[in-house]
Amino acid sequence: MSIVTVQLGQCGNQIGFEVFDALFIDSHCPQRLSSKRENEAYQASCKERFFSEEENGVPIARAVLVDMEPKVINQTLSKAAQSGRWKYGQHSSFCQKQGSGNNWAYGYSVHGPRHEESIRNLIQKEVEKCDSLSGFFIIMSMAGGTGSGLGAFVTQNLQDQYSNSLKMNQIIWPYGTGEVIVQNYNSILTLSHLYRSSDALLVHENDAVHKICAKLMNIKQISFSDINQVLAHQLGSVFQPTYSAEGSFHYRRNPLGDLMENLVPHPEFKMLGVRNIPQMSENSLAYSTFTWAGLLKHLRQMLISNAKMEEGIDWQIRPPLPGLPSLSKMSLNKELHFNTSIANLLILRGKDVHSADLEGFKDPALYTSWLEPVNAFNVWRTQRAFSKYEKSAALVSNSQFLVKPLDMIVGKAWNMFASKAYVHQYTKFGIEEEDFLDSFALLEQVVASYCTL
Amino acid sequence: MWIPGASLLTKFLLPSPLLVMANPFTEYYIVETQPGSNSLLIRVVGDGGSISKGKICSLKARAVLIDMEEGVVNEILQGPLRDVFDSKQLITDISGSGNNWAVGHKVFGSRYQEEILEKLRKSAEHCDCLQCFFVIHSMGGGTGSGLGTYLLKVLEDEFPEVYRFVTSVYPSGEDDVITSPYNSILAMKELNEHADCVLPIDNQSLFDIISKIDLVVNSGKLGTTIKPKSLVTSSAGTFKKWQEKPFDAMNNIVANLLLSLTSSARFEGSLNMDLNEISMNLVPFPQLHYLVSSLTPLYTLADVNVPPRRLDQMFSDAFSKDHQLIRADPKHSLYLACALMVRGNVQISDLRRNIERLKPSLRFVSWNQEGWKTSLCSVPPVGHSHSLLALANNTCVKPTFVELRERFLRLYKKKAHLHHYLQIEGMEESCFTEAESSLSALIREYNQLDATKSRPVEDLPRLSVAV
Repeated sequence: MSIVTVQLGQCGNQIGFEVFDALFIDSHCPQRLSSKRENEAYQASCKERFFSEEENGVPIARAVLVDMEPKVINQTLSKAAQSGRWKYGQHSSFCQKQGSGNNWAYGYSVHGPRHEESIRNLIQKEVEKCDSLSGFFIIMSMAGGTGSGLGAFVTQNLQDQYSNSLKMNQIIWPYGTGEVIVQNYNSILTLSHLYRSSDALLVHENDAVHKICAKLMNIKQISFSDINQVLAHQLGSVFQPTYSAEGSFHYRRNPLGDLMENLVPHPEFKMLGVRNIPQMSENSLAYSTFTWAGLLKHLRQMLISNAKMEEGIDWQIRPPLPGLPSLSKMSLNKELHFNTSIANLLILRGKDVHSADLEGFKDPALYTSWLEPVNAFNVWRTQRAFSKYEKSAALVSNSQFLVKPLDMIVGKAWNMFASKAYVHQYTKFGIEEEDFLDSFALLEQVVASYCTL
Repeated sequence: MWIPGASLLTKFLLPSPLLVMANPFTEYYIVETQPGSNSLLIRVVGDGGSISKGKICSLKARAVLIDMEEGVVNEILQGPLRDVFDSKQLITDISGSGNNWAVGHKVFGSRYQEEILEKLRKSAEHCDCLQCFFVIHSMGGGTGSGLGTYLLKVLEDEFPEVYRFVTSVYPSGEDDVITSPYNSILAMKELNEHADCVLPIDNQSLFDIISKIDLVVNSGKLGTTIKPKSLVTSSAGTFKKWQEKPFDAMNNIVANLLLSLTSSARFEGSLNMDLNEISMNLVPFPQLHYLVSSLTPLYTLADVNVPPRRLDQMFSDAFSKDHQLIRADPKHSLYLACALMVRGNVQISDLRRNIERLKPSLRFVSWNQEGWKTSLCSVPPVGHSHSLLALANNTCVKPTFVELRERFLRLYKKKAHLHHYLQIEGMEESCFTEAESSLSALIREYNQLDATKSRPVEDLPRLSVAV
C-alpha cells in the first residue's frame, strides 16, 4: 500500500526532500547482511510505498508540493532532479506568489478556500496513481503561515474527502526562542485544529534535533539542511519496510494503519514522538560496535527520562514501585519526572535482531494503568539493516513527552493573548478571539489529560 | 519581471533631495539582480560612456518618481540610470512646494490625484502579484512630506490589501528648514493613520555612520582598502569624496537598507522572510508600527575591503546605538519585537548562538519575552560574505518623537510662519492641534510600555479545565 506525502510551506518542502532522499538512498544501500532476495523485496516495498512508476528509469516521489511562494518549491524540484536518483512529478506542485506572511489566519481562511480545488485535484491525481492507498503523510511546521494555517485547512479537507484513509501529520515544533514572533499563536491554532481532524501527530522538536546535530553528530555550524537530514533519518527508520507477522520477505503492507492501531488507542491522545538509537557522524560510526542490550537499555532510559538522545541521559529516574495506589503513583511520577507512556512501538533493524531482549519495555510500570503492556507495547523486527547502522532501533511513543513543551507554548500564547498583541493581524482575516479561546480550551484539556496519566 | 522570483514591489520615489537616492538604490538592485553577469555590472556605473544600452533597456524600475520641482528628477533622467526609469512614470511640476506641507498635501495633492492614480494603476498592471509599496520621502520639506503622505491615503483607498512601507527621513536637530517641525508633525499624523510600517531615519545618524566608515578606511588599519575596479565604482568613488557630496554616501545606506529588507524575498535561503511577514511579526498593535533599523557590518555600506571579522561581532554591533539609522539606543529601552535578517554564509546555529548570547542584555516586553523573528538568505551583498539588518520595534524611538513635538510646540506657540499654511485652502488651526494630539497619543503609548519595563514578568492564571 502506498503513502501520499503532502509537503506544505518552506519547512514541509525542505524536509520532504530530505525524507525521500533518505528513503531512496537507504533502499539502494549495498547490504552485506541481507540476502539479495531480502534486499530486493525491501527495495520493492519501499518503492511501492513512496515512489511511483518510473519514466526513463527515474522513480517519482508520491508527493504533492504546496507553497504560497515559489522559491522553495523551485529549489526543491531542481535539487531532486539534479540528484539523478529520483525526482518529483512534473505537475505535482502548486504555488502562489505572495506567501502567507506567517499569518495562520491568512493560510487557513484566505489561501485555504481560494486554492482548495487546485490542491484537491493535485492530491487526487497522486492518489489515483496508487494501487491501494494506506494514507497521507502531511509535513508542515507550526510556526509559520502556510504550513500551519494552510496545513490545518488541507488536513481538514482530507478528512472530508478521504474519510476512510488515515492521516498522519508530521509537525515541526519550533525552537523555544523565536523563529517567528507569532509562533505561539500559530502553534496553538494549528494544534487545536489538527487535534480535531488528524489521526496522529508525529512531532519533531527543532531544539531536540538541533542538540542531536551538535552533540551526537558533532556538526559545528549547524544548518537547516543538517537538521532536516537527522529528521529524515528518524522518519526513515520508522517508515522503511518492516517484516509483517508472516516473517521475512513479507513486508508489512499497511504501515500507517498498523502504527496508528498500536499507538493511538484513544482519540484524546494523539501526540507521538520518535527516538532513535544510534545516531552519530560517519567518522564515529567506524569505531563503534553495538549490542542490542546496550542499545535497548539506553533507549528505555531515554523513554522514561524523556531524553531525546543518548547523551546526557538522567539515569536516576526510575519507574515507580508497583503496588502504589494510582493517585499517589501519579504525583510521585510527576515529582520524579518520570515519563509515563500510553503505548510504545519499537522498530528494530539489523543483525541478530531476533536475539534482542525486550523485557524492559514490557514492564507495566512504564505504562498507564488502563492498558495492559501486552496491548501497549509492540515490536517490529527486520533483519535488513537501516542506512549505515549495523543495528538500529527506533521507538515511536505515545507518552507524556510533549506535556512540558505544549504547556510552555500554551502559557506563552496565553500571556500574549491577554495583552491582545498581534490579535488584530488575525481578526483581519476572520480568526476571532473566540477561535483563540476555543483553541486554548482544547489544548488545556490535552495537557490535563496527558498530565493525569 | 526584473526582480527574480516572487512578489513585487513598486517603489515611489518622492522628494528632493532624496530623489538622489534613486541612483545608488537602483544600481545595487541591478548589480544584485544579475550577479556574475559582468558586462551589466561593470558598465552600469559611473563610466558614463560605455553603457551597453541594450542590456539596461531590458530592465525598468517599478517606480514612480514624483517631485514638484524638476531639477533632481532631470538629473536622474540624464544620469547613468536614465534607461532604467520609465520617463512616463514621472509626475513633476516647476514651482516646488516651498517647504510647505500644506502646499504639497492640499494643493498638489488634489491637482495631481488623477494623474497619480493613473500612473499607479499602470505600474500595478505590470505586476503579476503586487505585494507592497515602498514610499521613500523626507518629513521636513513640502513635497515629500505633504504630497508623499497624501499619496499614502490614495494607496490605501485604491489598493487596500497592499502593504505600505514608508522610509521617512526625519529632520535632524540642526535642520536648515525652519518649518520642518510643522511639516513633520503634519506628516506624522498621516503616517500614524495610513502607513502599515514606517522606518524612520535621520540624516545626522547617517552622517555619523559615514564618518565612522571613513575613520576605518583612512586609518589604514587592518589593511582596509577601497576595492579597485569595484563593481559599484560610483559609490566607492562617492565614498572617497564623501565630504563634498555627503548625501550620496548617506543615501547609499538607505538604499542598502531597502536591499537587505527585500533580499529574502528576492533570493533563496533556508529560512525565507517575505515583506508581509515584517508587518505581521513586528507590529503588535496597529499604531505602534515604527521600526528602528540598523545595518552591520558597516563596511558593507561602502565598498571597502576589510578582512572578515568575527561573525559574532556583526550581531553585537546591530544592537549598539552607533549603528542605528536614527538617534536611538535600543539596548536601554524596551523591545516589543525584533527581527534579524541575515544574508550570506550564516547558518541557523550561528543565529541562535548569538540570540542566546545577546538576549540577557536586552529588555523585552512581558508578553513577548522571546520576540525574535529571524531570516536566513543565502545570497550576501555583492562582494561581501555576510551582512545583517536588524529591525526593532522598540520604545527607543520615543525621544525622536518627543523632540519633534518640542520643536513643533516652540514654533506653534509663537504662531511663527503659520500664515503660510493657513492661507492654503483646507488648512485650519485644527489640523495642527489634531496632528499634535495624534503624536502625543503615540508618545503616551510608548510611555505606558516603558512603565512596564521594570515590572517583574508574571505568568497569568490559565484557563482551568475539568479533567
